[in-house]
Amino acid sequence: MFVYRSAATISPVDYMVCSHRLRWPELLPWVAIIAAYFAFPSYLALGAQVMIMVLFALSLDLVLGYAGIVTLGHAAFFGVGAYTAGILAVHGWEEAITALPVAAAVAGAVGLVTGYIILRTRGLTLLMLTLAVASMLGEAANKANWLTGGADGLQGITLRPLLGVFHFDLFGRTAFVYCALVLFAGWVFVRRLVHAPFGRSLTGIRENAARMHAIGAPVRQRQIIVYTIAAALAGVAGALEAQTTQFVGLNVLSFDLSGAVLIMLIFGGVGRLYGAFVGAPLYMVAQDALSRLDPEYWFFWVGLLLVVTVMFARGGILGVADLLRRKVMR
Amino acid sequence: MTVALETRGLRKNFGAMVVTNGVDFKLAAGARHALIGPNGAGKSTFINLIAGRLTPSAGSVLLAGENVTALSQEARVKRGLGRTFQINTLFANLTVLENVTMAVSERLGRGGDKLRFAGSRRDIVEEAYELLKRLHLAEDALRPVREIAYGRQRLVEMAIALGLRPRVLLLDEPAAGVPSAETAVILDVMEALPADMAVLIIEHDMDLVFRFAKTITVLVRGAVLTEGTPAEIVADPRVREIYLGEGRHG
Repeated sequence: MFVYRSAATISPVDYMVCSHRLRWPELLPWVAIIAAYFAFPSYLALGAQVMIMVLFALSLDLVLGYAGIVTLGHAAFFGVGAYTAGILAVHGWEEAITALPVAAAVAGAVGLVTGYIILRTRGLTLLMLTLAVASMLGEAANKANWLTGGADGLQGITLRPLLGVFHFDLFGRTAFVYCALVLFAGWVFVRRLVHAPFGRSLTGIRENAARMHAIGAPVRQRQIIVYTIAAALAGVAGALEAQTTQFVGLNVLSFDLSGAVLIMLIFGGVGRLYGAFVGAPLYMVAQDALSRLDPEYWFFWVGLLLVVTVMFARGGILGVADLLRRKVMR
Repeated sequence: MTVALETRGLRKNFGAMVVTNGVDFKLAAGARHALIGPNGAGKSTFINLIAGRLTPSAGSVLLAGENVTALSQEARVKRGLGRTFQINTLFANLTVLENVTMAVSERLGRGGDKLRFAGSRRDIVEEAYELLKRLHLAEDALRPVREIAYGRQRLVEMAIALGLRPRVLLLDEPAAGVPSAETAVILDVMEALPADMAVLIIEHDMDLVFRFAKTITVLVRGAVLTEGTPAEIVADPRVREIYLGEGRHG
């Protein structure tokens, strides 16, 4: 049921009870994805990559946007998921769909263990520890040449056709639809989570942890849970990356990737659920366009865009859109 | 007398500075008790020690006879301890109704639900809204807390604490920063609190204290100076000296 009524027309209780119901703008990303499939048949492989990044940014939004846990090492879980799916495929587990929950479980377990340790800290210490975890995993992957392929990357990933029917074709059609369906499932899950009492309590923790303690909420436990869930989701994104590109390089655990996904989310809007859907495509299209215009210094222009966003549009593109909507409604 | 809250030899040092100095204190069930004292007497520290926000250097805190000294804030809340803060500690970007719903949801043990929409528990939202009506906040229910007046934010503080249905309620300067014309609303709310709820209030507004409290404890330099009825406290020359000697009322 779609609801899009103003708060003035219904009672506060009804308004809040209906607050989780689907609104029509929420369908726009899916219309865009379906349209892109037909409108840009020669860019489907890029489209699959964009959707993987959307899923990855969505997982970051859970920890950063909702729970307020600032991290510079989210690529750790993306990388663990990617290596898990890749290693499974190289060792004979060539069925892609069932590899996803395995990748999620392994990345989630890494999230649980590291989260249990590092979420005792806050602020700069936490930031450095998230960075350290990703760096340590990156170095471990580099050293474990026998398992990960080291600096040469993990090669030889082959996958059976999806459901025994759909081959991963050169044009990226199967990869596109596969990524779209997984992203859809991820979105449904995350949307339900953030509209559940658990998600609301994460917002409470971000807004005021002292008050959450004072109303009896187990703050640290909830932070660890969401960190684990986000790690699992990032692991699924990483697994998709490994499966669709059939290669895993050390870059999946890099600081560059952690930074890039953070920039994507800031562009789109943090803590808004749909910031990932706006920021990731924008970043990747900008990256593509800018690297063609200025192959050597393209990242300078991305940096400039980030500065402008942080200075003048702190809520990202969705924040600006929300501000404009409020002004028009006044 | 049934004791709802008790402290035994409660002490808190910050380095060499003793802020709470061996306080023995009892709060009866259903009490209307005020804790007063000059600035720096250690009142807020005492509240924070009871609530579990600070760990005591020595002594113990008992809730309904159970020693909760080693328990976390969350565990004490689950055992019936609610509090407000001296400085508003709210979810500023959430609506007033969301603020209170969060507390009701946690009290009912639903705060960790992951796959059920928050709105699907209409009874929780309705209970929160009823509380807002009682506290004259219903008209602000859908406004973000940051947009409402400071005095009304103080009421939201109380609404959140009441959403926990505590057996012991600690009110840390509920009228602080509130224009005098609006303190009557706060007093009305306090006077309408359930009779079986034990209330301990810290407040500098002596009019409010003397109208609300049946028992007053005076804290000076972290130790209990005296305790008695409002009439006894007013008549105590030591209390008069402390307050008048400071050249201020409260």
